[in-house]
Amino acid sequence: MRLVPSPEQAGFAATLHDLLTAADVPSAAARWADGDTAPGRAIWSRLAGAGVTGLIVPERWGGAGAGAADLVIACEVLGHHALPGPVAESIAAVPALLTALGEDGPKDDRAADKWLPELAAGRIIATLAAPPWLPYAADPDAADLVLLAEPGVVRLARTGTVHASMDPTRRLAEVSASGPATRAAVAHALNLGALSCAAQLLGAGHALLEAAVAHAKTRSQFGRPVGSFQALQHRLADVAVGLEFARPLLYAATTAGSAGDAARNVSAAKVACGEAAHRAARAALQVHGAIGYTREHGLGRWLTKVRVLTLAWGTPAQHRARIMAELTR
Amino acid sequence: MNLDLDAAATAFRDEVRDWLAANVPGERLPSVDTPAGDAAHRAWERRLAGAGLAVVSWPAEYGGRAVPPLHALLFEEEYHAAGAPARIGQNGLFLLAPTLLAHGTAEQRARILPPMARADEVWAQAWSEPEAGSDLAAIRSSARRTAGGWLLSGQKTWSSRAVVADRAFGLFRTDPGAERHRGLTYLMFDLRAAGVTVRPIRQLDGDPGFAEIFLDDVFVPDADVIGAAGDGWRMAMSTAGHERGLTLRSPGRFLAAARRLVTLWRTAGDPTDTGLRDRVADAWIGAQAYRMHAFASLDAQPAPFAASATKLFWSELDLALHETALDVLGAAAETHPAWTDGYLFALAGPIYAGTNEIQRDILAQRVLGLPRDRGRER
Repeated sequence: MRLVPSPEQAGFAATLHDLLTAADVPSAAARWADGDTAPGRAIWSRLAGAGVTGLIVPERWGGAGAGAADLVIACEVLGHHALPGPVAESIAAVPALLTALGEDGPKDDRAADKWLPELAAGRIIATLAAPPWLPYAADPDAADLVLLAEPGVVRLARTGTVHASMDPTRRLAEVSASGPATRAAVAHALNLGALSCAAQLLGAGHALLEAAVAHAKTRSQFGRPVGSFQALQHRLADVAVGLEFARPLLYAATTAGSAGDAARNVSAAKVACGEAAHRAARAALQVHGAIGYTREHGLGRWLTKVRVLTLAWGTPAQHRARIMAELTR
Repeated sequence: MNLDLDAAATAFRDEVRDWLAANVPGERLPSVDTPAGDAAHRAWERRLAGAGLAVVSWPAEYGGRAVPPLHALLFEEEYHAAGAPARIGQNGLFLLAPTLLAHGTAEQRARILPPMARADEVWAQAWSEPEAGSDLAAIRSSARRTAGGWLLSGQKTWSSRAVVADRAFGLFRTDPGAERHRGLTYLMFDLRAAGVTVRPIRQLDGDPGFAEIFLDDVFVPDADVIGAAGDGWRMAMSTAGHERGLTLRSPGRFLAAARRLVTLWRTAGDPTDTGLRDRVADAWIGAQAYRMHAFASLDAQPAPFAASATKLFWSELDLALHETALDVLGAAAETHPAWTDGYLFALAGPIYAGTNEIQRDILAQRVLGLPRDRGRER
């Protein structure tokens, strides 16, 4: 029984946090929003150097062969910095799909050999559509590999019409199959993606709470810091409680269990992390007031990403329905 | 990360499960706050103690088994899953005992803990006063020095279990001149001593679950002071941490309620009502979150004031579980005491052990570091 990060895992998270703090993510995100993904991809390359993009790629394909726990710990930090790019797709779901193909797929299928070393090394970024959880593929302009996953099968895909997102650092592509269907463990890969998304949400929620608390301590009205007002204190206390009790669900969902348990636990984590992050986002904007509503301030990067990631990788309604289907089976 | 139980934990859990399956009464005992319920619950506690299951986490010399905290959580899960009776000694077991184990003398532990474990002595808490509720440091009841001890005077209220209990513990002002948090002393006293009057107060559920205690020069020997005179606030906050935290409200309680709620939904829920179905899912998620949070806390250094977050979470979870069950039952809900009793009990959760507003103040100021309102002294 252990449900807290090991010292090594905590150290890994601290390393990533320092890397991203030094990397000027805000500027890269602004350029990404303007259509120039190069500075953002440079940050992705540095993350690859730290082992993030190959985290769950097996060692035989150049990765670290790590488990889901290391993955969520990394994704929480990436979410804390609101890193642009298809995080859950490229470092969780697609590597898991390709690994399944390489280990259990047809003998002549070379997809794992071809793509996994490239993903692990950070030379490519992958994205994915998987209706109904992911009706579109995120960030097609940054992706070198596009997959379409459907129940039990996966195919290569090509992107079509691209839509703008409420999150200015996201674009969403319609996809169509461009290759044959290959049987693969899609459900496991999508659960890993949803879990990584939940981790990003939790990290973003903590960043929003930190920003709100920092602002509340320094912004003064009526001759005193606004953080001394009880209405605001209680709202932020509730945000802290929500985040505090979401994290253990995230960690629990990384542990081994039956398929039904896995589905339930992943869904619980996705719902709880999404709700906690959403409450943090609403509170953070309210605490900041009008300054938080400006593009210049930067809070909006977290506000919009939290809202879209809450709906991506399975909406709260879809995950609640899945939990109840498992519980009443 | 893993949720695996080792062989010792599994064996312990199985022993508890088997014993409870063979021994939990088939019918619910009468309310603990009635004379018949008092006797029945004390008899149940003696059976638990006889099996070595009354106080599993305590040292063996006081009747426990010194099991690790994980085993204590597993015991609670099994206890609630089995639908075992309410713990009549809970104020002593879960609030006073941890304080004695941390701050009491060897003599106090040896004298007080064994009879507490067998429910030969049942304890009541005596914190609140008519003018000291959320503002607990406003306590006026006093303890005056006398030869060999102290004389207690004043009035306590909302004293849980005082109607059936034998003894009580609480805070008393021993130095009227000191600043309000200082000058308080943590004392234990006999509810049947000369000068004590207990007046029952009927609660929302109709039972006299709490009471007023009037004290008129009640003698307490020096041996019944916990910690140093004047150091009572610090002792009390140590107990408050237990009351707000895991020891009083273990995850097992809410897991059992969530399981019952899912069963209720499966048998009585309207499958087309997805809004209500989502609330059932959320209640289940909340119970899981509380359980996993408890498991995570086993391997982490307890953060200061962490119990305030825990108290907010369990009290709101308990309400959500029972509110949802009543809504699933619909218009017939009011005739289902199996859920309405729990609902009425859950309504008290956001009030006792420090109101949820006080917990939010503590979290905002002590954990998040937000500035205190200069208009209020704390």
